[in-house]
Amino acid sequence: MNKTVRIALVALLCVGAAACTKKAEVKAPPAPAPEPAVAPQAPVSNGKYTPADLNTDACLKQRVVYFDFDKSEIKPEFQQIMACHAKYLQDRPTAQIRLEGNTDERGTREYNLGLGERRGNAVSSALQANGASASQLTVISYGKEKPVCREHNEDCWSKNRRVEIVYTAE
Amino acid sequence: MIKPMRRFSSSFAVILLAVSALLAGPVAAQSLSVDIVGGVKTATPIVVVPFAQQGGAPLTTDVADVMRNDFNRSGKFRSLDKADIVETPSIGSQIKFATWRLLKQDYIVVGRISDAGGGMLKVDFELWDVNKQQELLGGAFTSPAGDLRGVAHQIADKVYQKITGVRGAFWTRIAYITAVGLGDHTTYSLIVADSDGYNPQVVARSRESLLSPAWSPDGRKLAYVSFESGNSNIYVQDITTGSRQLVSARKGINGAPAWSPDGKKLAVSLSYVGNPEIFVIDLATHQETRLTHSLSIDTEPVWAPDGKSIYFTSDRSGRPQIYQIPASGGTPQRITFSGQYNAKASVSYDGKQIAMVQGNGNVYRIAILDQSLGGQVRFVSPGPLDDSVSFAPNASMLLYSASEGSRGVLYSVSNDGLVRQRLMLAEGNVQEPAWGPYREH
Repeated sequence: MNKTVRIALVALLCVGAAACTKKAEVKAPPAPAPEPAVAPQAPVSNGKYTPADLNTDACLKQRVVYFDFDKSEIKPEFQQIMACHAKYLQDRPTAQIRLEGNTDERGTREYNLGLGERRGNAVSSALQANGASASQLTVISYGKEKPVCREHNEDCWSKNRRVEIVYTAE
Repeated sequence: MIKPMRRFSSSFAVILLAVSALLAGPVAAQSLSVDIVGGVKTATPIVVVPFAQQGGAPLTTDVADVMRNDFNRSGKFRSLDKADIVETPSIGSQIKFATWRLLKQDYIVVGRISDAGGGMLKVDFELWDVNKQQELLGGAFTSPAGDLRGVAHQIADKVYQKITGVRGAFWTRIAYITAVGLGDHTTYSLIVADSDGYNPQVVARSRESLLSPAWSPDGRKLAYVSFESGNSNIYVQDITTGSRQLVSARKGINGAPAWSPDGKKLAVSLSYVGNPEIFVIDLATHQETRLTHSLSIDTEPVWAPDGKSIYFTSDRSGRPQIYQIPASGGTPQRITFSGQYNAKASVSYDGKQIAMVQGNGNVYRIAILDQSLGGQVRFVSPGPLDDSVSFAPNASMLLYSASEGSRGVLYSVSNDGLVRQRLMLAEGNVQEPAWGPYREH
């Protein structure tokens, strides 16, 4: 059987299986939106976030939490991000976040799966401590399977040790 | 204490995916290129004379060449270069021993290939001791022309065993994962190939990560982890038929499958209880038994050859180290004490040697802990980013993955670390190697 047919069959299999269903993902825009000249105002009169804020609010636009080597503690500089995303989840009870845990390339794949999950859980706990509901959060670990940078140095490794905050429902 | 866990709910009852039979089956994969690094001056010199062909169509496989490469990468032998083979006897009576003594050869292998009819070939071989001028071994294999490499490996195994006293493991297979393409366009393939990297066949393909292939003890099935559903799930797949079972698709991590020596159970790492713990899944009853209870990462289980205990990676002491726990449950004992980071144990057939990935600072190398030598550790790879090691069934060689530039490559290395053979793709990464068991068929 040729390759094209085989790949097509994989795709069909995936369509048929409920587990493969992929929810719509909202990733952070690739380039930062131009900053308004005036400081941004509170999004709406009652002080609640709306989905539009995900692409405009300076805090909500930040969707990546970085970690130190072999560590899963949330560093102080990310506490503000925890607070605003937790507030968004509180303001929007139907919103859902998937926390994708990642590691750098050092060490074994399976141990890194564990480490990525531990980081995802750390972000989940921090969001819950800030008022988000556990029911709005899921954690998945990719370990070292999905690096954003592929060079073998600390600069690159520090970019890969991360949890990505992915809104699966706004 | 062991508490039998509840059975799988229906959503992850064992599912036979008939469709997967269409997706798998023998499909030729991208070939690995092979080269040998290093050499051992003290290795036993052996000459494998090109086998004479008596009639029939020209052969595409050079049997003697396959055997020479087997011997060289074992580290135990140093085979005379083909270019230096000045005479070509094909049976014992034609060997002029003075010639080979002059060339400082200890052993000589000669042979001949003849047409056995019906597309079959007969391969006769003899092993002689050069100094004693004595035949040590002789025999013949009859096989299809397409399996001459397999025959060469089987002859090499017999010669290896006759001289070293240890069963040869050249006629075995390896499994590994290839990742070709970048980012979202990466295609992952689970491949099975001969131990020297030839005859690669695709067992499974996915657009998402595949990892941790593990051979069933009979060599017929592979357990592995696939992210094809979005999360890590554990599957068992029949290599020949392609039929596949979903073994675990719990919330969280479903990873690191390892077969029990009797082939009836899988030890795995599951995190649905909150963090990764070691479980044993009975493949017939699907009953899960939880073995570890700690808030740490417990993963990468592997069975001791007697099936009585399980080694695993745990960071319960802070950083990952190797622990051992009775397979029936109990208190884990830490067994690695040198090195900051020790993970992914592979156990030799006799249970005496534990190979693992050891990290110190930014350097990750393959280390072997010899339990019969008072816990001494020695390195068999140079690093700096080595990962995932697996013993050959006779423990004479190991297979591991390494990073070279932007490429993932495999190395087979002799147990003394002196001879390494690199296996790499023309394009893409090779990773997660697993050396299969002895073949019986």
